Amino acid sequence: MPVISVEHLRKQYGERVAVADVSFAVEAGEIFGLLGPNGAGKTTAVECVAGLRVPDGGTVRVLGLDPHRDGAELHQRVGVQLQASELPERMRVGEALDLHCAFYRDPADPDRLLDLLGLTEQRGVAFKKLSGGQRQRLSIALALVGNPEVALLDELTTGLDPGARREAWALIRAIRDSGVTVLLVTHFMDEAQRLCDRVAVVDRGRVVALDSPAELTASLGVPTLEDAFLALTRPDLAELLDR
Amino acid sequence: MNMTISAPTKALARMEARLFLREPAALFWTLGFPLIILVAVGAVPSSREASRSLGGARFIDVYVPVLAAFIIAMLALNALPPVLAGYRERGILRRLATTPVSPTRVLGAQLAVQAAAAVVALVLVLAVARIAFDVPLPSEPVGYVIALVFTAAALFGIGLTIAALAPTARVANAAGAVLFFPLMFFAGLWLPRAEMPAGLRHVSDGTPLGAAVGALQDAASGSWPGALHLAVLAAYGLAFGVLAIRLFRWE
Repeated sequence: MPVISVEHLRKQYGERVAVADVSFAVEAGEIFGLLGPNGAGKTTAVECVAGLRVPDGGTVRVLGLDPHRDGAELHQRVGVQLQASELPERMRVGEALDLHCAFYRDPADPDRLLDLLGLTEQRGVAFKKLSGGQRQRLSIALALVGNPEVALLDELTTGLDPGARREAWALIRAIRDSGVTVLLVTHFMDEAQRLCDRVAVVDRGRVVALDSPAELTASLGVPTLEDAFLALTRPDLAELLDR
Repeated sequence: MNMTISAPTKALARMEARLFLREPAALFWTLGFPLIILVAVGAVPSSREASRSLGGARFIDVYVPVLAAFIIAMLALNALPPVLAGYRERGILRRLATTPVSPTRVLGAQLAVQAAAAVVALVLVLAVARIAFDVPLPSEPVGYVIALVFTAAALFGIGLTIAALAPTARVANAAGAVLFFPLMFFAGLWLPRAEMPAGLRHVSDGTPLGAAVGALQDAASGSWPGALHLAVLAAYGLAFGVLAIRLFRWE
């Protein structure tokens, strides 16, 4: 049974259809990428998987749970890292971790997490004094503090410098190697190519391709995932692609 | 009823309390400033003499209930709304929604911290007034506490509505400040209610802080708070409480 299964998911805000028809399944131990241009509906889809939004149609199951109905149990077992979710300015790194530990029935050791994420020296530093990369790492730490079986990571590396991005990638691999299934939302194709076992390309609310990065590039006869992505989502740019 | 508070809620309340204590501005305006006004007013000798226009009461005696209302209004209108609006603006409530703890708990924790701050500030003002200026403690203590609770319900209802409507902490801050001064005028911060012309006093009776000070002054001088004043406060509390619940968005 897949860890995450999404079947014919549909979600609209008023007249605007954010997700028209999205289906994919993530198997245990995978790093699965959800790719797509801005506004394609990736974030809405992940929010439905995380139980933050109620789908208008289709079925979503995570660890066999309905994210909307079984939210409390889901959030014990699924760690979520969202775009643009900060902490109170004066909250310190160690305090944030201790606070979130109190939310879970089987929390991780906060000292080990700080060490894993290279934040031990920042333990006493207030959130507002952290750099962008440190904030991202803290955000990952908070997503992992409940010892989750699944991690949902939304645009984790946006705004990070190249060094910090590579560190984030190594971290995601380490998370997967410890047995966590990862659903990663990104619009960086190099990131998806290096990290993901399989990717689903979403465009205008629909899945237009679903495969491993290698199969995807081979089937389209292009050298990189970025070319494959553009071939799928921007046919108007066909003459600009490397073939 | 099960009164045990869960570990996550306790941890949240402790955290919110720590964050409150780290805000020097909030501490000054709620704990320090009312004491400064009290001492400044009390230092004027005429405020400690029986006044004919106040029906034989001393100015300082009728002014302590104004400061009590000031403290609650400061917390409910100026401290609470920017914190909650900021939590929503900056995705803090959204992050909480991804954990097993509901974001409603952070609202509960905030209200608990604000209530605790109000109690500390009130005790300080009553104690300093009693010790330094011989202001008697409320002669109808139960009525005084009831008046305080009704006042808090009305003002926190308004404060939560501001937090629900304001898109950003900055807007919430401005809205609270804009409401605070007119409401405090009707409470008698500058002109005691007893010295207001009858028409103005009737308007004051219908405002949340006018009704609050009326009820508190009654209880302070030994009578039961008036039904009209309590009804006005209850109506504000109910109307704005319902409005806040209807309008509040987590993101």
